[in-house]
Amino acid sequence: MANALINVPERARRGEIVDIKTLVSHPMETGYRRTQIGGAIPRDIVRKFVATYNGVEIFRADLHPAIAANPFIAFTTVATESGTIAFTWTGDNGFSVTESAKIAVE
Amino acid sequence: MTHPISRRTFLLTAGGVGTAVGLAATATAQPTRGNVAAMEAAIKKIVGAAQITAGKVKLDLPPLSENGNTVPLSVSVESPMTAEDHVKAIHLFTERNPQPDVASFFLGPRSGRASVSTRIRLADTQNVVAIAELSNGSFWSARVPVVVTLAACLEE
Repeated sequence: MANALINVPERARRGEIVDIKTLVSHPMETGYRRTQIGGAIPRDIVRKFVATYNGVEIFRADLHPAIAANPFIAFTTVATESGTIAFTWTGDNGFSVTESAKIAVE
Repeated sequence: MTHPISRRTFLLTAGGVGTAVGLAATATAQPTRGNVAAMEAAIKKIVGAAQITAGKVKLDLPPLSENGNTVPLSVSVESPMTAEDHVKAIHLFTERNPQPDVASFFLGPRSGRASVSTRIRLADTQNVVAIAELSNGSFWSARVPVVVTLAACLEE
């Protein structure tokens, strides 16, 4: 159902700035559209995205309906230590997806 | 000329009235379009009484977008990103989307670089505004105009 794609480098040098790309499949229904018979389509969006590095928050985003379907977010972080970078998306109607990636720092 | 109104004048006038009616209909059919005042209010809510200075922020968007449903956007801020001097947050706003807020990104010294990319929806040809909040409490902004040929659909 809900699929997340993440791109984190497998290994990095200590102190290197690494690029992280994330995408989660979600329709991001704005709540402004109507059906052909005029009924409003209720809002259904991803509201929050949080990235943690070994449990410490490194990046957070608040999203609104103006974010395109299948929210794509790319950001950077400093590779400090080997460990896990975890990503969580939460949204309307109890939407919640968690995905994580390992990074080895030399 | 026997007629008081020539055929040409009549057609021109009729055409004008038709267009005016058509425009009025479109205007009422889309009451959800935002405006600059709504955006200023949304910015005020985040910035408060602080002064916003133009500069430091680099906002990259295609100047002409064929499809308003997914417009690639990247924003970066000049900053050393140290514990003393870093970008705390980057906020994005639009002038004429139904809702002025687009997204808020919260960064810190562990980001290394103040640079974020995403994809947004644009309901109309308009300005997109990025506002960066620095750790010293100052606010910096960038404003980019985008021409949208196919708007993000509001209807089914």
